[in-house]
Amino acid sequence: MKTSNASMSEGVEVIIVEGEIDMHVSPKFRDLLLNVFKKKAKGVVVDLSGVPFMDSSGIATLVEGLRWSKNEGTRFVLAGLQENVSHTLKLSKLDDFFEISSTQADAISSIG
Amino acid sequence: MRKTYNGLVASDDVTCRFRKGKVTVILGGSGSGKSTLMRQVVGLEKPDSGTVHFGDRELTSLSRAELYEYRKKMGMLFQASALFNSLDVFENIAFPLREHTKLADQVIRTMVKMKLELVGLRGVEGLMPSQLSGGMLKRIGLARAIIMDPEVVFYDEPTSGLDPISAGVIDKLIVDLNEILGVTSVVVSHDIESSFKIADWIMILFFGKKIAEGTPEEIQSSEDPRVQQFIKGSPEGPIPFTRTDKDFYEDILIP
Repeated sequence: MKTSNASMSEGVEVIIVEGEIDMHVSPKFRDLLLNVFKKKAKGVVVDLSGVPFMDSSGIATLVEGLRWSKNEGTRFVLAGLQENVSHTLKLSKLDDFFEISSTQADAISSIG
Repeated sequence: MRKTYNGLVASDDVTCRFRKGKVTVILGGSGSGKSTLMRQVVGLEKPDSGTVHFGDRELTSLSRAELYEYRKKMGMLFQASALFNSLDVFENIAFPLREHTKLADQVIRTMVKMKLELVGLRGVEGLMPSQLSGGMLKRIGLARAIIMDPEVVFYDEPTSGLDPISAGVIDKLIVDLNEILGVTSVVVSHDIESSFKIADWIMILFFGKKIAEGTPEEIQSSEDPRVQQFIKGSPEGPIPFTRTDKDFYEDILIP
């Protein structure tokens, strides 16, 4: 898994993840997410368009983001979900709890 | 695979294939070699001869450490559920995650809730195993079996000792989880009714030998009298009541 983070002018933090998110890398993904939430941005976007697979630890880590966003009043939007990841999220019955945009640009503009 | 104990053949050159994403039931009476077969498949015992393939790996030649890694891809629901009596439901389900991963506590908490939701028992996290019914214990055991998102789940007699309703719930869960999670399921059972309900493929063992395999419909219409005797549960037929060929008179009188 490779990750990068960029601060956008709209006050939005974007996290780009590439590769599979499983139990080995979820702790690293959580650390990154936690650090980004500490920046107290208006919104946090996680671009998952480069993630072909996510197991339940990845979903549970996204739930962490959701919890922090509620606590901090920060918008939290997932973007570019591949079919497989979208399916996993649906099966966990948690898809309705997340804000989901089809692209990173859509996600940013939905916050701005 | 072939496996013998003190000269008794428990697996008599059995070849089996478990199809990816399907439910395979290994059916057989007590002492037919079902559990022995499963123990060899999961690497708890080595066959005397033969090999076990999982994807592109051969399991019997793996070192203990490699096999340990491989087992993370396998979930097991044991006959007696094998929960730790001193741990509550939450800690029982979380146990494999605490052993094998470095996931944060809160992530583990969410994952346990996700699995409990799948088995329909969210809300019992704080109960001890002694406070649960037999059917609930099986469902908790199942939540623990799937906590690591395994590729294959092995069920050892999942409905034995349960009332018909609890057994029906477990049957439905096996099928649902198979469909929802896409896992490969291997069920060892002697419960004919349940097996025909849940199986995509059935294998029947008799004294360590595979005597039939096929879809439930094919097994039902088999003309093999041993298969018919087994699925009808008849005491009379080619499957003998006693295991030994030794004459009873000789056995008693000749030391």
